[in-house]
Amino acid sequence: MTDTRAIALTVNGSRHDIEVETRLTLADCLRHQIDLTGTHVGCEHGVCGACTVLVDGQAVRSCLMLAVQADGAIITTVEGLASEDGQLHPLQQAFHDNHGLQCGFCTPGVLMTLLEFLQHNSAPTEGEVRVALSGNLCRCTGYQGIVAAALDAAGRMRQEPDQINGPKKS
Amino acid sequence: MKPPPFHYHDPRSLDDALGLLAEKENAKLLAGGQSLMPMLNMRFVFPDDIIDLNRIPDMASIRKDGSSIRIGAMTRQYALERSEVIRNQCPIIVEALREVGHLQTRNRGTIGGSLCHLDPSAELPTVAQGLDATIHIQSKRGARTLAMADFPSFFMTPAIEPDEIVSAIEFEPWSKGHGFAFVEFVRRHGDFAIVGVATLLELSADGMVSRASITLGGVGQAPIRCGAAEGIVIGSNCSDAAISEAADSCREIDAMDDVHVTAAYRRHLAVALTRRALKKAYDRASGETAA
Repeated sequence: MTDTRAIALTVNGSRHDIEVETRLTLADCLRHQIDLTGTHVGCEHGVCGACTVLVDGQAVRSCLMLAVQADGAIITTVEGLASEDGQLHPLQQAFHDNHGLQCGFCTPGVLMTLLEFLQHNSAPTEGEVRVALSGNLCRCTGYQGIVAAALDAAGRMRQEPDQINGPKKS
Repeated sequence: MKPPPFHYHDPRSLDDALGLLAEKENAKLLAGGQSLMPMLNMRFVFPDDIIDLNRIPDMASIRKDGSSIRIGAMTRQYALERSEVIRNQCPIIVEALREVGHLQTRNRGTIGGSLCHLDPSAELPTVAQGLDATIHIQSKRGARTLAMADFPSFFMTPAIEPDEIVSAIEFEPWSKGHGFAFVEFVRRHGDFAIVGVATLLELSADGMVSRASITLGGVGQAPIRCGAAEGIVIGSNCSDAAISEAADSCREIDAMDDVHVTAAYRRHLAVALTRRALKKAYDRASGETAA
């Protein structure tokens, strides 16, 4: 016997009125109930960072939050980055251009972490980028391409500040 | 890995939360969730009820209360990091927070949660003890306070009753221009420290140390104040000899062994990190007074 509750989430600009088990994590809610599987689930105890999403503009581990706790919140996932016409967000384009991913499992969490980080620090040093990424584990790249992409993205986003938040939300 | 079934409650006032806590036999309080959620996901804990404090509006605030600073227990770590009051009057908290988890966990993690989880090497309990903080505790039976020094009862267990909630932490900031340093040794940035040291110093006009606080985290089961080391630096000008003597006195501390490192290595770190922290704190204090 488990508790359920009706909640409303705004995810990438779309409102979802859903019924969730109160013990469901936000990560599983996004993946299994809203069918947005771009948010990856790695360790499920807050270490790997793959499940990072923005909740009310802040990067959080979606495996360490219950879906009910996000009731009423505005959530951005990796699917919310590119425009509807498929044009990549400057952060995504920078990762593409700098070979910032290999297998891609950690990439959604890395992108969402950097999205918040670059809003607070639009001209970071390499050291600051490395500290910002310390909560996201990547086992392929050795981080070289990721750091290069983050620094490149910072430059692009300074040029196009209106794109920082991704495509327009309805 | 999914949390086990539980009844979920999200009270809208502290009073309602206290009522639920008094009534439920096997309840857990959910603050920032950065420790409880992993334990639920891994099924290390099986609470019948989860009482979520996140919808209680007045538990997250940072305010001056006369000469002291009072921080609501549900204040997020990121809010402390960015607070003007904290940055200006108690910068050691900001320095320690840079070592606490990561951007994503500090966005959720709370000061009350860190204090109550009471990991032996967590940064915030170490700093709270260094500041001689007072912990405000509430229950249906009333309110009480506890000195941070008396807050840990044993390993990862605060001295609070099952029906009590930590509502706030309060402390007197040190004088303007005081020296401070939080230094730790950790294998990976963002992990719990193996050993961390919180140091605060005040100097008199002639550059001599007039007040000192040195606290070690990660050495014992709870933060340890190093009274002997404090006594050695007070009245000194933190010469290399005085710093070495003070740091060496930390070698006498009873340290714990665990799977990570030996007690002897912890004592070695306590000495080395205390030396570094004292130097950094004194340089900051003397730089400020010279300016």
